[in-house]
Amino acid sequence: MEDNILVTKGLKKYFGTPKGMLHAVDDIDLSIRRGTTLGVVGESGCGKSTLGRTILQLIKPTSGQIIFDGKDVTNLSKSEMAQFRRDAGIIFQDPYASLNPRLTAFELIEEPLIVNKTYKTKQEQQEAVFKMMEINGLPPRLINSYPHELDGGRRQRIGIARTLVLNPKFIVCDEPVSALDVSIQAQILNLLMDLQDARQLSYIFITHDLSVVKHISHEIMVMYMGVCVERAEKNELFANPIHPYTKALLAAIPVPDLSSKGKRREIIKGEVTSPINLKPGCRFAPRCPYACEKCMADENVKLRDLGNDHYVACAVI
Amino acid sequence: MSELLKITDLHVEYDTSEETVYAVNGVDLTVGRKETLGLVGETGAGKTTTALSVLRLLPHKIGRISKGSIIYDGEDLLAIKEKVFKKYRGKRISMIFQDPMTSLNPVIPIGKQVAEVIKLHNPDMTKAQIESRVDEMLEMVGIKANRKKDYPNQFSGGMKQRVVIAIALACEPELLIADEPTTALDVTVQAQVLAMMTDLKERLGTSMILITHDLGVVAETCDKVAVMYAGEIVESGTVEDIFGKGNHHPYTIGLFGSLPDLKDDKPRLSPIEGLMPDPTDLPKGCKFHPRCPHCSEKCRTEQPEVMVTNGHSLRCHLFSKEV
Repeated sequence: MEDNILVTKGLKKYFGTPKGMLHAVDDIDLSIRRGTTLGVVGESGCGKSTLGRTILQLIKPTSGQIIFDGKDVTNLSKSEMAQFRRDAGIIFQDPYASLNPRLTAFELIEEPLIVNKTYKTKQEQQEAVFKMMEINGLPPRLINSYPHELDGGRRQRIGIARTLVLNPKFIVCDEPVSALDVSIQAQILNLLMDLQDARQLSYIFITHDLSVVKHISHEIMVMYMGVCVERAEKNELFANPIHPYTKALLAAIPVPDLSSKGKRREIIKGEVTSPINLKPGCRFAPRCPYACEKCMADENVKLRDLGNDHYVACAVI
Repeated sequence: MSELLKITDLHVEYDTSEETVYAVNGVDLTVGRKETLGLVGETGAGKTTTALSVLRLLPHKIGRISKGSIIYDGEDLLAIKEKVFKKYRGKRISMIFQDPMTSLNPVIPIGKQVAEVIKLHNPDMTKAQIESRVDEMLEMVGIKANRKKDYPNQFSGGMKQRVVIAIALACEPELLIADEPTTALDVTVQAQVLAMMTDLKERLGTSMILITHDLGVVAETCDKVAVMYAGEIVESGTVEDIFGKGNHHPYTIGLFGSLPDLKDDKPRLSPIEGLMPDPTDLPKGCKFHPRCPHCSEKCRTEQPEVMVTNGHSLRCHLFSKEV
């Protein structure tokens, strides 16, 4: 029996728009083992952030099941929901917009503790905040600093501290490093990995940066227009990508060495189309160089197990 | 080989009511004809300020070139009258700005925005000639000419960036400054736009300064690279010099160490500790010394000189001892 912290079954989130139904997340089945990271990659608008938020029920799912720590969390009472919110946190993308500008660093980290009434005495609460600042590499002299006085890296450390102070088991990291410079990005990635080791945390790591996702994840899921097109263990996925979209995505990354200089890469044409009122069949077909008639039927593009925990949704292969 | 652009000892300051920001501190750069120079560095390194100085677009009254010279095709750009320079900007030197979402006017159809620059620099052209040139430019960047009456909001990010590139290339400039042209785009679209830019550059024989923080983009598109830190160029040379084995500035090593590698598995990244110095209060001596793992007494007090070996220049005390 595998020890999964989170399992989703047929998770869907549709948004009604004046033009029709927008399929943001469509039939996602996933599972995350305790203490590991699932990387979710895809281009803008593929539904990766919506997936993260739906799992945390910041947005109500249209249908499907979310099983967290062995328990269905789709229909919780108010007090059960409060417990779920303590166990499952989120780190947001933009450390410039996700912190209240009128609170100091100390108040920002203390706020979740006040809301959840975690500690009985003021002193315990303060100690917890100081400890959290130390763990996240924030020197105590910053307690009275406001977010605008701090750089992006430190702000993101506050964002992480705010989530971590409630001692969650599972965190959705929604592009936590994409707004940061590379040297700061590396510091934050190291911090997240150290915290995972020390506290047995499980992450969903949402990003568009494939080299970052390879570095931090154990398993990777590639999304395209709301559906999962391929899922595998990370080394398997990078060594042996099968779906044409995964291949195109991997080929498109500029590599910082000279071995590939001058070589012509295969570049896929076109851009992501609208996920409103979709036609049946493979959603990548309009851009796919291998598309044929088989791709136009839904049943051919279901996610299939190729063995070795490698799943792919493609009719041609 | 004649140089198209030669920047010598450029210093740029921004005066605010409270303090002076030292954004660029002694930059030397040369760009040869048909050459692509990659300008790499993190936020606040002074990359964009250097580019804006070349185009003389520094914010009025606040930004000021305090020292140095910019020679373009044998002419001193800083000495030319603004009236004359207006004829250069957009015609001989043009720029692609970082964010395609905000660099187009949202209430003017894109065809008109391309026509604007053509009309301005070619007053003799007839309306029909301008229109056919607009069609030609749009087709060149991969947009159907029948979409020229559409507004920017009807295009995706990648398409908008193509429009911006069409505007920048409409007058066939000799020098194109591209400031993070693909940072706001998705990887597959980035690959399309970069391939297109490289093609067009070769076809039109344009020189280019590519400002970016993405070392992967640099490795693929540039001939020469300059690494900027706190308003200085700490290392420069050909791509082979920078990406090859040889000697490197500790900051360059730190930049590469911060990148997760797709090929081999590093269990941990080796980032540069600390933060970029505050440009209003730069450290004495080498500007990188507070973050440098090889910092010595000399680095704290003495500004290192630039050492050049076979065109590969380094600004670091580690390498000045040897010679």
